Parts: sequence; structure tokens; C-alpha cells
Amino acid sequence: MSFAFWVVAALTVAGGLAAVLLKNLVHCALALTIAFAGLALLFLQLDAQFAGFAQILVYIGAVAILIVFAVLLTRSSETPAQGGIFSHTWLAGLVVAAGLFAVLAWAVIESAGGLPHESSAPAVTVMQIGNALMGRYVLPLEILALLLTAALIGAAIVAMHEKEGTK
Amino acid sequence: MNPLAGYLLVAALLFAIGLAGALTRRNAILVLIGIELMLNAANLNLIAFWRYGPHPEFLTGMMFAIFSIGVAAAEAAVGLGLIIQIHRLAQTTDLDKINRMKG
Repeated sequence: MSFAFWVVAALTVAGGLAAVLLKNLVHCALALTIAFAGLALLFLQLDAQFAGFAQILVYIGAVAILIVFAVLLTRSSETPAQGGIFSHTWLAGLVVAAGLFAVLAWAVIESAGGLPHESSAPAVTVMQIGNALMGRYVLPLEILALLLTAALIGAAIVAMHEKEGTK
Repeated sequence: MNPLAGYLLVAALLFAIGLAGALTRRNAILVLIGIELMLNAANLNLIAFWRYGPHPEFLTGMMFAIFSIGVAAAEAAVGLGLIIQIHRLAQTTDLDKINRMKG
């Protein structure tokens, strides 16, 4: 494993940890952006340039901004007066998450010997990806386009402010 | 250490962090942040298996990850719209206080 991988992995995990642990929700959104950027760097290290740049555009450019908007619109950045930031069932949640990580890590480490080893970097061009999207994967692409349209119209209608007396 | 195993361990750790955030925090927006982290960890697994798998030229894992990114964007938009509407109705995003459906 290269040094760069460990640096980027540590950055990503630190960003994720900060995103779920910090008190102020605006800080959480910023830490989440760091985690997204780290993931995009990991994608680039895996020779998946297209997915890496899509990650930057979609997550850092759109999802992080959406989350900041939601935080500001709901005034959630003010810390709650009583009860702290964690739910009263936090211990059960922590146990479930730790157990899941233990199982996943055990499975990966146990099977590490049988995993495929270093292979040559796949020479994938954006043209090939475009051809695949327009050829073999055209039906999922169209369905995704429909889903995105429906989801954006639905989100706008759900979040729209209804005026008095128009119900 | 096997490079693929390293990526899988990072993805497992991120998934566990996201799950812990979604299960333990009280704010609805933080739960959505946890879900986004879990989706991203799954994407990292898909890309890692695509890179080290036997036939990267078929682009299967890459396409799966790209479609997953698109669906996650739609999910984030709808989820945040719902949270804004719940905040308008209940004046709070605290999940411990939104319990009107409790019997």
C-alpha cells in the first residue's frame, strides 16, 4: 500500500468521524465535504477518473450545498438546550455499528489472501464510458433521468411553502 | 498488505461511522449525513472491486457506482425536502421529539 493511500484514507475517515461527532451542524456539513473530497481522491487513486470527478461535482457541488441549505432553513445549527446531541438510545446504535464493523473487518482480513492482487491499471477512456452509457446501459440511464426529474419535482413540491387559504 | 483489502477496510470503517451517526444522533439532518456516508462507502467498494476485478474493461462496477451516485443525489434532495417540511409542521428536527405516530 502506498503512502498516499494511507494519507487520503486517514483524511477521509477523520472527515467522516468529524461529520457525525461535531456539535454544530454547519461544521458537520463542512467535515462531510472533506470526507467526500477524500473519497473522490480514493476514486482517482483507483484509476476511476470519471467516477472521481462525478463524485466531486455531485457530492461536493450539490449534496453538501443542499445539506447546508437545509441546516440554515431549519435553524439546526443552534445546539439543543437540553439532552445533548445524541439520542437516548445512543448506546444500542453504537454497539450495532461497532459490531457491524467488527464483522466486516473480520471478513475482509480472513479473505485477504484470496483477494486479487495488484493488476495493471485499466485503460478506460471517457469515450468508452460514454459509449457504454449510450449502448449497453442506455435503459438504466433513461430510468435514472426519469427518477431524477421526478425526485426534483417531488422535492420542490414537498418543500414548497403553502400560502394561507390555498389548501 | 493487499491493496484491495485496504480499500475494503476503509469502506467498512466509513460505513460503520455512517451507521453510528444515523443511529445515535438526534438531529434528522445528521441522520441524512450518516446515510450519505454509508452510500459513499458502498460506492468505494464497487470502484475497488471494479479496479482489481478480472474484467475492468466491461466497466460494470464503475457504471454501478455512477448510477448509485445519481440515485443518492435524488435521495438527498427528497430527504432534505421532507426534513424542511417536518420542521415547518413540528418546529423541530429533533427525532426524539417527532413522535406523533407513537401509540
